Amino acid sequence: MRRIIAILLENEPGALSRVVGLFSQRGYNIETLNVAPTEDPTLSRLTLTTVGDDKHIEQITKHLHRLVDVVKVIDLTGGAHVERDLMLIKVRAVGAQREEIKRTTDIFRGQVVDVAPNVYTIQLTGTTDKLDSFVSAMAEMDILEVVRSGVAGISRGDRVLRL
Amino acid sequence: MELLSGGEMIAQALKDEGVEFIFGYPGGAVLHIYDALFKSDGGVPHVLVRHEQAATHAADGYARATGRPGVVLVTSGPGATNAITGIATAYMDSIPMVVFSGQVASHLIGEDAFQETDMVGVSRPIVKHSFMVRHASELPETIKKAFTLATTGRPGPVVIDIPKDITRPDEKFEYHYPESVRMRSYSPAQRGHTGQIKKAARMLLGARRPMIYSGGGVILGEASDLLVALAKHLNYPVTNTLMGLGAYPGSDPQFLGMLGMHGFYEANTAMHNADVILAVGARFDDRVTNTVSKFCPGAKIIHIDIDPASISKTVPADIPIVGPVREVLTELIAQLDKIQAGEPEPLPDPDALARWWQQIEEWRGKHGLWSGRRYGESDYIMPQQVIESLYRATAGDAYVTSDVGQHQMFAAQYYRFDKPRRWINSGGLGTMGFGLPAAMGVKLAFPDSDVACVTGEGSIQMNIQELSTCKQYNTPIKIINLRNNYLGMVKQWQDMQYEGRYAMSTYEDSLPDFIKLVEAYGHVGMQVRKLADLDAAMDEAFAMRDRLVFLDVFVDPMEHVYPMHVAPNGSMKDMWLSKNERS
Repeated sequence: MRRIIAILLENEPGALSRVVGLFSQRGYNIETLNVAPTEDPTLSRLTLTTVGDDKHIEQITKHLHRLVDVVKVIDLTGGAHVERDLMLIKVRAVGAQREEIKRTTDIFRGQVVDVAPNVYTIQLTGTTDKLDSFVSAMAEMDILEVVRSGVAGISRGDRVLRL
Repeated sequence: MELLSGGEMIAQALKDEGVEFIFGYPGGAVLHIYDALFKSDGGVPHVLVRHEQAATHAADGYARATGRPGVVLVTSGPGATNAITGIATAYMDSIPMVVFSGQVASHLIGEDAFQETDMVGVSRPIVKHSFMVRHASELPETIKKAFTLATTGRPGPVVIDIPKDITRPDEKFEYHYPESVRMRSYSPAQRGHTGQIKKAARMLLGARRPMIYSGGGVILGEASDLLVALAKHLNYPVTNTLMGLGAYPGSDPQFLGMLGMHGFYEANTAMHNADVILAVGARFDDRVTNTVSKFCPGAKIIHIDIDPASISKTVPADIPIVGPVREVLTELIAQLDKIQAGEPEPLPDPDALARWWQQIEEWRGKHGLWSGRRYGESDYIMPQQVIESLYRATAGDAYVTSDVGQHQMFAAQYYRFDKPRRWINSGGLGTMGFGLPAAMGVKLAFPDSDVACVTGEGSIQMNIQELSTCKQYNTPIKIINLRNNYLGMVKQWQDMQYEGRYAMSTYEDSLPDFIKLVEAYGHVGMQVRKLADLDAAMDEAFAMRDRLVFLDVFVDPMEHVYPMHVAPNGSMKDMWLSKNERS
């Protein structure tokens, strides 16, 4: 099962490598990883997605807790949450394709953020599934480049991850 | 407030921390620190080893024997990487250690400078935590944090990497060594969950075939007295892991011996048949459980550990209790008293317990390690007899370090440790070359006690250069070399699984004359080839109080360690009891 794990991390050199190292050391997979400072400059917020059963995820969270640089850990998939992935996708757009690509982008509520004579660059946000669907919908087109931010996630309602 | 240079701060902080010995080796990146140590008035004594690996093992041996953190100081690059094996050894066995490594000057980091290694990166998977110091003023707090992390919660090694410019003598800053430090992301459990402890007490009292399985955590948590109190209170049988030996007295009748791959028949069989297992400070290592899916099929498991990640890692616990073993056992004993006082019927059921003990005595009588002689006879001295002779000569009261292999298992089986911190071995990592430097560290801590290093020709040669350190610092340990002219444990596996093809497990005629070798280092060497001479030689060695003695004992090269778990796919109760006898 896919899980989204959110971590508050000391904003220290080497802290991220400890988290990433833990996954490779213990044979766990990281599917996506997203990290940036928070409103408190001493803390970074890290969101990662991984796949595993309950036992697996329990071990991962326990080992994450053991890292001294890790301040807090939650499994967002354990409750209601909002998740967003950002994608920038560059496709070849010539002739009739230009209209078709624009239409598909509108359907997915994406935006064309850069236009060149033969190329569109499209921005799209949403869940991983939505982004995957868009890439499938563009399968007929000539996709030149895809870049995704990885999932960023937050709990719904009162539940907060802070000190 | 005092103004000190970075180097002086390190020297002063170690003094303020109450460190007894620094084990280390100088080099370019740490010369400012060494100069500060040299000039420090009444500073912490430094032990100069002959290889940095030995510095970590010596600090480790010191830590295991005393319970205080071992301290290591090495230079950058090769000094740091040589320390890695010893840091990993300490990490696997949760030994408190603080390692100071020099680093190239800040402005050179990342430029592949002379003797530069990313020590924080290289050591990352084998430390509890590590620090890179960015400014001299950070040193006091960083050092205090390192000692706090190393010694609290589940202990472990901590590395402090210090660029050379941080320690320069001409830049001085205010020095104040903090009494304590807080880390917002670090708060090990201070006590167990009362509800869980109550449940555990009820489960324990309801047991009909109970076992107490305790590990190194009981020793690290200084809870041997409570383990004994609990076992005596309930009259339940106890087994110890390799790391836990001595936590429960080895000569007590309630002790069933070590469990696991080379555990006693009675311990492994009782575990397999138990209905309730109380695991205390043990981690269900693969060398204990054999095939996990077949592990103790009828048992409910109560697991006490300071580290939540150790609980349900391999074997799921029915009642997990996270907490320091002293606090949890204290509360558990109180709960048992309370429940027993409130019940009209005696708990645990005396008849069931009597039947269980009767069954255990039957197992003991049949194949137990002390049920008559469990090893064969030959023209050679048997390795087990050497350990029995050592036990006799030291009245069972020595600190015994070991290396890794057959000799380690024979020592674990045949030396009945009655006290914690007496058995010093690399259990988790299985590091050959550990024994001699570890013994050195122990002897420095306890100069008046007998310290023996049980070893083999393979292991001893991995750090034999430390005989020179032993000379310099006068550490008269006794090295008992079980000499079989093979890498014994490798050979045993080759006998059992590779039809006796001894791939690279013999030295042919290349072994040194150990007697001449140790004499060259200024020590005493003795050779023993006949059983009739063994006890006298052992006594003579220990009678030389102020000399290091190397006892080279020729033992049967064909002997195997038994019992041995049947693998793969065996359960706890499936054991080879001799070359041709299975449980």
